[in-house]
Amino acid sequence: MNLGDFLRKYGEDEVFCKKAKKGFYVFLGLVVISDFFVPHDAVNFIWDKIPGWWSFYGFISTVVMILLSKAIGHAWLMKSEDYYD
Amino acid sequence: MIEWVQPSLFFYLGAAILPFLKGKARSALLLSIPVMALLAMLSASQGIHGVVSFAGQELVFGRVDKLSLGFGAVFMVSAFASLVFALHVKDCREHISALIYVGSAVGAIFAGDFFSFFLFWEIASFSSVFLIWLRGEKGSNAAGMRYLLVHITGGLLLFGGIVIHVGSGGGIAFDAMPEMGLGPTLILMGFLINAAVPPLHAWLADAYPEATLTGVIFLSVFTTKTAIYALIRGFPGTPILIVLGAIMAVYGVMYAVNENNCQRVWCYHLISQNGYMVTGIGIGTALGINGAVALAFTNIIYKALLMMGISSVTHMTGGRKQSELGALYKSMPWTFVLFVIGGFAIAGVPPLVGFVSKSIVVSAAAEIGQGWVILMLVFGACGTWLHPLKLIYMVFLGEDRAKDRKIVVTDPPANMLWGMRILASICIFFGLFPGLLYGMFPHPMDYQPYTAGHLVKAFQYMGFTLLVFMLFLKKLTPENYISLDTDYIYRKGSLVFMWLVKRLAFLRHVT
Repeated sequence: MNLGDFLRKYGEDEVFCKKAKKGFYVFLGLVVISDFFVPHDAVNFIWDKIPGWWSFYGFISTVVMILLSKAIGHAWLMKSEDYYD
Repeated sequence: MIEWVQPSLFFYLGAAILPFLKGKARSALLLSIPVMALLAMLSASQGIHGVVSFAGQELVFGRVDKLSLGFGAVFMVSAFASLVFALHVKDCREHISALIYVGSAVGAIFAGDFFSFFLFWEIASFSSVFLIWLRGEKGSNAAGMRYLLVHITGGLLLFGGIVIHVGSGGGIAFDAMPEMGLGPTLILMGFLINAAVPPLHAWLADAYPEATLTGVIFLSVFTTKTAIYALIRGFPGTPILIVLGAIMAVYGVMYAVNENNCQRVWCYHLISQNGYMVTGIGIGTALGINGAVALAFTNIIYKALLMMGISSVTHMTGGRKQSELGALYKSMPWTFVLFVIGGFAIAGVPPLVGFVSKSIVVSAAAEIGQGWVILMLVFGACGTWLHPLKLIYMVFLGEDRAKDRKIVVTDPPANMLWGMRILASICIFFGLFPGLLYGMFPHPMDYQPYTAGHLVKAFQYMGFTLLVFMLFLKKLTPENYISLDTDYIYRKGSLVFMWLVKRLAFLRHVT
């Protein structure tokens, strides 16, 4: 089986894709839980004492990044492709 | 016995001989140039070489130390892979421009004084513009001209700064600036333009996507990384760079959200990545400088790989925008896999090279107690992961937005795939053996990237960024728009200027 067939086999397999999604959610849960037990390299800032902080921060940062960029873009910066022509 | 050969000579000589060769002889010459230059670098002893007296000044063409050797070696590896990727290009002019450009960037890295540095810096600027013009489209002609004007401005600032600095007794040696006066400030501004630091950055996202498909690979590496090298050499520990770098890290990833053109997404991404390096230079501690160097070395590798991935897609499909691509993993499986390696590497997914290089600057910021810098850099890191995810999905997965495409799409020619394979292998190799990478840094370092704390932190913010990506997939659907940036000022400003000139000429004619 060549690489193309291999990728297609899994990419078009809906059961596999659903299982992968479920596996990802389990992984996310495990990562947050593990932060309660993992020793931190150094405690320099207040967030270093909050388990799961970087999950929260990653989530919020990405939401803010998408919504704010889209809002500024639609309100001001995004122009038609021939704007400078 | 010759003790030192300036590595750029191999490139200049190669560029002179190239038009007389064809076929395999041309390919052999192209690939042998970076190999010979690398061997010349590695065989030279550390110290000062190539001193030439000119107009009462001693010009140093060969400052060989750990910093210049490291940059030189990574430049050569990247140049080799990029030349492999470009072997199918028949237009000799493109190869000549690339060779002169790369040779000049390498020349600047080994220059030990301001004048020889400036000479190579300027040749690099002028030779690189041909990589944009040779695309031969209306957009590339205009973008190339703007690129040239911006770099002439930067060159003038740099030259003015050098003259003032030398004239006020600062000497011509290119070392760390002892204090900030007018001269060093102008020099810094010249460097910041080439490092694409906002608001002086717009030339990059304006010009690079208009370059030839192979030219953009060279462009994405050599101009900004030579500028990063110059900042490390001249301005380590300059506090303003911490602020500018942190802003860059956020600015680049914010702008990339709305971009439809795939190369332009990588350009904004590049600005964000350079922000990490500029921050590390501003911190200026051994860990900060090593962090900047680590990111520069690794970014040269995976950014070139990602640019190659998009160039391959455009080469095979003709599409440049996310809105006209999709589902290519079926027809371009190797390109997909190599692109995923590059995307995961730049995001810092373990065990790829981004993971072992990215956290060093963040640790350096923690070392000096700058929490706000860490928060901005991790915000940037979320974007550094979001955009590869977006491009992987929009270009290679998701729905096929060009179902009526008439051509049969396959993976690109073997040379293009091998160019990507070389860089992908490096991403994996140095991720697995980070000690070998750390050994190339200017300062000795005892740093452990694979700790449980680092791994859990990375998996947390990356895992939740992926979750948001999945939740907001509809919101991220590419839109057929461009985004205004600071180039608006001179693109529209030039129209006002020309209107004024015409008006004045008319008045003079009337009177």
